[in-house]
Amino acid sequence: MSDQTAAPSSTLSDLALSLASGAIQVVDLTHTLDPDFPVIVLPPEFGQCARFRIEEISAYDHRGPAWKWHNFTCGEHTGTHFDAPAHWISGRDLPNNSVDSIPVEQFVGPVCVIDCTEGAAADDDFELTPQVIIAWERQHGEIPAGSWVLMRTDWSARRGAAYLNMREDGPHSPGPTPDAIRLLVDERQIRGFGTETVGTDAGQGVHYTPPFPAHFYLHGAGRLGLQCLNNLSQLPPTGAILIATPLKIKQGTGSPLRVIALVQEER
Amino acid sequence: MTDPLTQPPKKNPQIRTRVPTRPSHFRSRAALGIAAAAAEGRFMLQVCADCGVVQYPPRDACCGCLSVELPWQDVSSTGRLIAETTVRTSTNTYFRERTPWRVGTVRLAIGPSVICHIHGDLAVDDEARIVSLLDKSGQGVLFAVPANATANMEDDPQMREMTCDPKFRRVLITDARNENTPALAKALADAQASMIFIGEAESWRPYPGQQAIHAMANIEVLPLDVTDTRSVAELCGEIGGKTDILINNARFVRPGGITGRDDVVFAREEMEVNYFGLLRLAQAFGPAMRGRGADGDNSAVAWVNMMSVHAWSNSPDYGLFSASSAAALSLSQNLRAELWGGGVRVLNVFTGPTEDEWHQPLPPPKVTPEAIARSMITGLRGGLEDVFVGDVAKDLIERWRVSPKILEREMIETMGTGS
Repeated sequence: MSDQTAAPSSTLSDLALSLASGAIQVVDLTHTLDPDFPVIVLPPEFGQCARFRIEEISAYDHRGPAWKWHNFTCGEHTGTHFDAPAHWISGRDLPNNSVDSIPVEQFVGPVCVIDCTEGAAADDDFELTPQVIIAWERQHGEIPAGSWVLMRTDWSARRGAAYLNMREDGPHSPGPTPDAIRLLVDERQIRGFGTETVGTDAGQGVHYTPPFPAHFYLHGAGRLGLQCLNNLSQLPPTGAILIATPLKIKQGTGSPLRVIALVQEER
Repeated sequence: MTDPLTQPPKKNPQIRTRVPTRPSHFRSRAALGIAAAAAEGRFMLQVCADCGVVQYPPRDACCGCLSVELPWQDVSSTGRLIAETTVRTSTNTYFRERTPWRVGTVRLAIGPSVICHIHGDLAVDDEARIVSLLDKSGQGVLFAVPANATANMEDDPQMREMTCDPKFRRVLITDARNENTPALAKALADAQASMIFIGEAESWRPYPGQQAIHAMANIEVLPLDVTDTRSVAELCGEIGGKTDILINNARFVRPGGITGRDDVVFAREEMEVNYFGLLRLAQAFGPAMRGRGADGDNSAVAWVNMMSVHAWSNSPDYGLFSASSAAALSLSQNLRAELWGGGVRVLNVFTGPTEDEWHQPLPPPKVTPEAIARSMITGLRGGLEDVFVGDVAKDLIERWRVSPKILEREMIETMGTGS
């Protein structure tokens, strides 16, 4: 042990020092698991995503005098959550496609944040297109292979019915076009794609070809999805590290999780 | 005429809420037949199968021929008040708190003279009609009312003790999303309920009747999701102390039986709403209502469950829903037993297939929201425990009473018709 304490500076010890000094901030990108947080809504004849529910087992009372604890239930895709390739039919035959079998190193990576707030503020159905991505790259450089790419819309600030924004013709929320996702997956070789909305696809994503292109192409290529993200406004366009480790559910297609990012303080 | 009830004053917070007391609940097994009839608003007496003599009071052997074959039958309820008296004091706490109290004797056209509670508008020698009612101990009693309706007769204080009239009471309807909610709310408003709270689950998800419900007068829409224990507890914390009538119309229904699906997702949701939802509501609101069973003119008085008649006998094409309804029916009996001490009635309103999207492909007759609402009001005003709405429900319960086993066989044969 003494050898280790005497060891010269390493990347990890630098990281520890930076975390301790606040030079690197830890940002929480997660919504609270709340029973009233919206989940995706499908036509009612289909099975639905379970809402988050919590039941008290005891609270320092006759049911358990010195301890408080709860049972909770939810779906794999409830709240801020992770999508594994096995979630979609296009990824169902891939190796290591479930949350328990994805190599853990895939959960951590650099993150690029594409700011679409202006577009999303003007248009509920704002589309992330290849042109938007290329314009972003002109400013920030090409998206490196292995990056997490997050679509920032500030949608996470919406509450109640404004979040799903459900109308008679379905939900309306921003998302990527099929071409944009193909650009990210095939050409930029991203690690995964994340949004602040209830899914990685646009609210009207069922009307693209293929339907739900983000799910179809991401998971078909073994890439990951994150949705219902929060606090993306606290991330820089590039340079942060995203850590998204889903629960190790046997053959799980996704999981609620705590998503955090490491952000270097600007000097 | 009866003096019309006036809007009860706001509660004086310095006065202790009166503890519910009960009239005597001891009855012979034979006499429980009156309660069974009263639960459905029927007037029944034993009629000797051998000699035809109508029996009163209930007994184990015929007063004419000593036969023990004394089936209960619906009988004519007309008669004449031949004597009356006013009780001014009593050793029974319940009556002591409510004197003066009129009782009398009515000679029935079918023979016997019966001892009964009497309506304030009834005088000696008047034509009378006998109704069976449940009193605050949940037991059947006979109550004489004028043969022809009089003004405000439902406001008679003795009568209001036996009924669950929504007039000037505050009502909670648990599920705004149910298609019958607008009709229920309108019927309650027409019945002069003083406040109608409506629970709304998942306000982040719009539903067809939302705007209409929010636009109604005298309505307060509050967050409530019966599948969420905390949500139920929070709402009870807010309005549990002024919920006089709780209408649980939360329902989850999907067609299909055991082999219709390969999972328990819908079945679990049915149990979450139809069974555990009732349980959550009962654990939260039950004690609050039981404690307010004698809280003046707007005391807590009734708990209403909207239920499928297939709680009694499984409808295989809605087999899993039927099973959850059976669980709810059993739980409602538990609730009745536990609310009994507060004099709060549990009314189950049973329907066959309802006029809504989940029964859309089924042939008529289907029960409309308006019919459910009418029956609910009838049940409350009559102080009933069981109401069967529509031909399917009425037919099914009759067949169940004849033979549950034969009915079970018939339900298999009618598979695919939904009833």
